[in-house]
Amino acid sequence: MSAAWTQTAATLAARVRGREFSAEESIRAHLDRVAATDPRVRAFLRVREEQALSEARAVDARVAAGEALPLAGVPVAIKDVLHVAGEPTTCGSRILEGYVAPYTASAVARLQQAGAVVIGKTNMDEFAMGSSNENSAYFPTANPWDLARVPGGSSGGSAAAVAASQSPLSLGSDTGGSIRQPAALCGIVGLKPTYGRVSRYGLVAFASSLDQIGPFARTVEDAALCAQALFGRDERDSTSAAQPVPDFTASLGSGARGLRIGVPEAFIASGLDPAVETLFRAALDDLKREGAEIVPVELPHAPHAIATYYLVATAEASSNLARYDGVRYGLRVEAEDLKRQYGETRDRGFGAEVKRRIILGTFVLSSGYYDAYYKRAQQVRTLIRRDFERAFESCDAIATPTTPTPAFRFGEKTDDPLQMYLADVFTVPANLAGLPGISLPCGLAGGLPAGLQFVGRPFDEATLFRLGAAYQRATNHHEARPPLD
Amino acid sequence: MANVTQATVEHVAGLARLSLTADEKERFARQLQQILEYAESIQALDVEGVAPMSHAGLETPLRAEPAEPQPGLERATALGAAPDAADGLFRVPKVIGG
Repeated sequence: MSAAWTQTAATLAARVRGREFSAEESIRAHLDRVAATDPRVRAFLRVREEQALSEARAVDARVAAGEALPLAGVPVAIKDVLHVAGEPTTCGSRILEGYVAPYTASAVARLQQAGAVVIGKTNMDEFAMGSSNENSAYFPTANPWDLARVPGGSSGGSAAAVAASQSPLSLGSDTGGSIRQPAALCGIVGLKPTYGRVSRYGLVAFASSLDQIGPFARTVEDAALCAQALFGRDERDSTSAAQPVPDFTASLGSGARGLRIGVPEAFIASGLDPAVETLFRAALDDLKREGAEIVPVELPHAPHAIATYYLVATAEASSNLARYDGVRYGLRVEAEDLKRQYGETRDRGFGAEVKRRIILGTFVLSSGYYDAYYKRAQQVRTLIRRDFERAFESCDAIATPTTPTPAFRFGEKTDDPLQMYLADVFTVPANLAGLPGISLPCGLAGGLPAGLQFVGRPFDEATLFRLGAAYQRATNHHEARPPLD
Repeated sequence: MANVTQATVEHVAGLARLSLTADEKERFARQLQQILEYAESIQALDVEGVAPMSHAGLETPLRAEPAEPQPGLERATALGAAPDAADGLFRVPKVIGG
């Protein structure tokens, strides 16, 4: 049998359930793989060796007791914005250095309940703000395909860990593309579920009306398997949805025939790398061959999504990040009075991008600017959502490239925040509208992965999985592995 | 459109309880001006009568649910992460008087 770390989550779980090998052996193989590759990739902020092995033995005991665990012995890497009880949560920030989570996030607990084992916490842009992982206060994670390039962000560590076969599954959070963009840049599958699908209890908040937790995997089948465990109502998050969760494995084999895929040509026309465009067109041809119908759609307000997003998301962030004040947790820089202590603590604790967004968000909420910026952006958000509602009258999913370019080099965009923001041009609209989106690897452009994105109707992740599985049956782009070995 | 000066950044930073260095004030003023110029595109859109969208929740977040007491964090756990705590309370520098 080939090494455990090369296998999908579905295969691993089936073999652990069938007692072909133990959860402990599965976890040990992946910890070894992390030890062999992470000095170069640097996906992890912390690896849980002893803890993960002891939890794996507990999974083995559950399997022996006859529990049918869908993720038996499957390792999972967790973005360091989600709480795992007893482990530090840093959010990639100095301001939370030393903070230890007092409870486990519901999303993580659900995976553990299904038999998954947390092998570590992954690196990220500070407070999930960034598209390259260069905003981590600790170190930048490298793209496994080219160590001189970024893995994308903000969930770059979780994406790189799966791309490097350190873990078949990981969790990220996506506020404007932070799962789909790094999935595209690292050549793996990344899903942002419908807003409300996954409980945000235990997720450190960035922009609460946009944040959503989702999985990374190397195959659509694994992403669906993880989603099956993750999705569903949680009483601890009032925004989590009570919508029924369908059996996703049932839709995986249905094929693309009969589905209409909308392509918003006018929206994707500008700024697209020609090599990425070629791969995107080829993917549409593959889907057509599989029986899907390609239809034109219009998203007239989508070109305003980045502007809208940076007004809405920063406003929410400026409010959410007010809690880091050096009183209840995290860093405190002592000063003679409380107001100065707040200022010094926050100046020392936050990095440049976080400060920039707090200032922009505070500005757009401030007296005299609220109506012109924040309120107007919320109105444009309604227009963007209506565009999607209209488009979905004539199609079942909307296809775009996930990102306009493949992975860029370290330092290439760090001095130009606006250029960095534009890396999310195709992913942000789904967050604003609350819709599910998936990114799939669709080939290499100059040796670097490119992503194909599908956006679906609210709570219709099943169609995204169905299309994705059909695409992965027809092509082998998801089988390409980075040159790490 | 708004003109972002270093004084604007200083005012907003004060509201956000952020101390900034002179260099940060200069840089953020320039970058925020650039971002707001980009965001200017939405000013031309007709939003007359369009309801603002404050959340993406596709269900109402205000369902009637019985409020049953659930176990929460113990006080000692909640205080455990504090930089300075005493007698079951968070300690901060003196705020009033003096």
